[in-house]
Amino acid sequence: MAEPSPILQVRNLQTSFKTDRGMVTAVDGVSFDLFSGETLGVVGESGCGKTVTNKSIIRLLPEHVTRYGDDSRILFKDRNLLTLTESQMRDVRGNEIGMIFQEPMTALNPVFTIGWQIDEALKYHTKLNRPERRDKAIEMLRLVEMPNPGKRIDEYPHQLSGGMRQRVVIAIALCCNPEVLIADEPTTALDVTIQSQILRLMDKLKEETGTAIILITHDLGVVAQACDRVIVMYAGQIVEIAPVRDLFHNPRHPYTRALLDSMPKPGITGHQERLPAIEGTVPSLFNLPSGCRFHDRCQRAKSDCKETLPALVSITENEHAADGDQTVQHGVRCFYPLEGVKS
Amino acid sequence: MSQPKSEQYESSKPLVKVKNLVKHFPKRGGVFNQVIAKVHAVNDVSFEIRKGETLGVVGESGCGKSTLGKAIIRLHDPTSGRVIFDGVDITHLSRSRLRPIRRRMQMIFQDPNSSLNPRMTVEATLREVIRLHKIVSESEMRSYIDGLLTKVGLRVDDRGKYPHEFSGGQKQRIGIARALAVKPEFIIADEPVSALDVSIQAQVLNLLMDLKDELKLTLLFVSHDLKVIDHFCDRMLVMYLGNVVEEMPCQDIHATAKHPYTKALLASNPITDPDQRGELVVLEGEVPSPYDPPAGCPFVTRCPIATDRCKTENPPLEDRAGNHRVACWEVKE
Repeated sequence: MAEPSPILQVRNLQTSFKTDRGMVTAVDGVSFDLFSGETLGVVGESGCGKTVTNKSIIRLLPEHVTRYGDDSRILFKDRNLLTLTESQMRDVRGNEIGMIFQEPMTALNPVFTIGWQIDEALKYHTKLNRPERRDKAIEMLRLVEMPNPGKRIDEYPHQLSGGMRQRVVIAIALCCNPEVLIADEPTTALDVTIQSQILRLMDKLKEETGTAIILITHDLGVVAQACDRVIVMYAGQIVEIAPVRDLFHNPRHPYTRALLDSMPKPGITGHQERLPAIEGTVPSLFNLPSGCRFHDRCQRAKSDCKETLPALVSITENEHAADGDQTVQHGVRCFYPLEGVKS
Repeated sequence: MSQPKSEQYESSKPLVKVKNLVKHFPKRGGVFNQVIAKVHAVNDVSFEIRKGETLGVVGESGCGKSTLGKAIIRLHDPTSGRVIFDGVDITHLSRSRLRPIRRRMQMIFQDPNSSLNPRMTVEATLREVIRLHKIVSESEMRSYIDGLLTKVGLRVDDRGKYPHEFSGGQKQRIGIARALAVKPEFIIADEPVSALDVSIQAQVLNLLMDLKDELKLTLLFVSHDLKVIDHFCDRMLVMYLGNVVEEMPCQDIHATAKHPYTKALLASNPITDPDQRGELVVLEGEVPSPYDPPAGCPFVTRCPIATDRCKTENPPLEDRAGNHRVACWEVKE
């Protein structure tokens, strides 16, 4: 289970982009801790800022149009990642913080063998010589359960299926034993039977290596199956943060509740009945509503929701919370949260 | 709902009949660009859709579900087999003879970004199909288009906007309006909600549900998402590698599914309850290449209950109790 001291701390992250239509703030005041050995889910609809948050952590956003807030900090091993130079950052990226992206085809270079691509990461971040690196690459492919790794290592990405390509991407991400792994929609492009294989693999690797995982997804089913704690984002802000069981059995933010309700659930939603949809759409970042960003779609909104933005406050009822155990904290950004259910 | 819908439709006559439909795609290569292999996209598929019914087609990528939909509407010409629409064999009709039939069958596509012309306003997009099929006169055009927009939940002043001014869910509503503009009886919806966020997905599913009831539409609903198919459809076909492996009513599918592949699909769908974390993986391996399908049952390479017979003989889709058809040697009842 999680250690008490966090490996990664995000404090008041604010990420803005310079655009033709002026500055737009994609992530606004996001703070959270990541503990080693846990899988932290980040869930939300497209445009909610989940990917920008995580690309800010590894500084993969185009520097010339990206601005971070003055008091934004990303603390990793006593350093603020936002103040590192690009060359210092390159040592962190891929070495201490690994990444997996949604599209395994675009993450891999089509003109090099997969062995070459694993080797590139090893060459840069380790002191191994060439034959040792090849052995290590084969070992990594074996670790990600690639069938016949000794032969596959000399194949090109187009010779592999989508699921196998994602295994290669995971192998590259893990070959330097990173302490943090950021997985951005790692299974979204895959079929469901392959998705469950990849989720199982990530879980197994987490057990073996103790890597902390940030898993970005829009799929609540994946969250329920794979995460320990969950952050729900809406329009660039965290609206709810909770341990996975609390989030699903005791959601307190109206948006979380509505998201859960809007999925067809066999056996619970009546067959061919209307689904409880959330009316309206996610607000444009150029034209955010005043007050709570969810108020115009929220059925519980009152007049103060339209004027004042609620803060993310702790509503933890768990008995361990008093000991300061952050991993059981349940926070919600709402003036009128839903009634808690006593478990 | 007092009576399961699938039984209500039992008496009504079939609107679409598909008989032994086969679609192969050639793969060309070599010096003279000869056909060097064939993809067996749809392999001997037969089924019926009754008037007013919603039939789901579910399967993983490459199973042939989209090709099946496109072959029915003749966006692909079938290699062999027949498609009968309301008593007329449309498999070999010429383009001009097909046009009046095409008015009665429409398609909704997965990606509204690529299926709408970015240089045409909503009004121009709708006007084009309405004129082509002569649905209403020019003088009635304006009010007809306004009516369509209202029906799909868009505002009347959205008429003059271009596709990029809309969100994904709204674009899909435009796609639906375009399909409905010609007053079709039969709609093929190819992954209509797959590109949308969950909350928008629910809105569009509700809209389709309302329109289906209001306009008495018959639907073929293609999706990779078993949850959506289960919720939305009356019956479903489960496809694997170009073959229909199971055909069943969408009532309580968890309890009634018989084919090992359908069961595996159900089990791989992540349940939205952290207390029900099961053994996630039930299927090892991957779908075989469609260029080189297994000799016997297409599912034999991954099937947990396969026997020697399955390696050599492809099981036929056979009738079972309760409007159920299964293609499996090992499922006896």
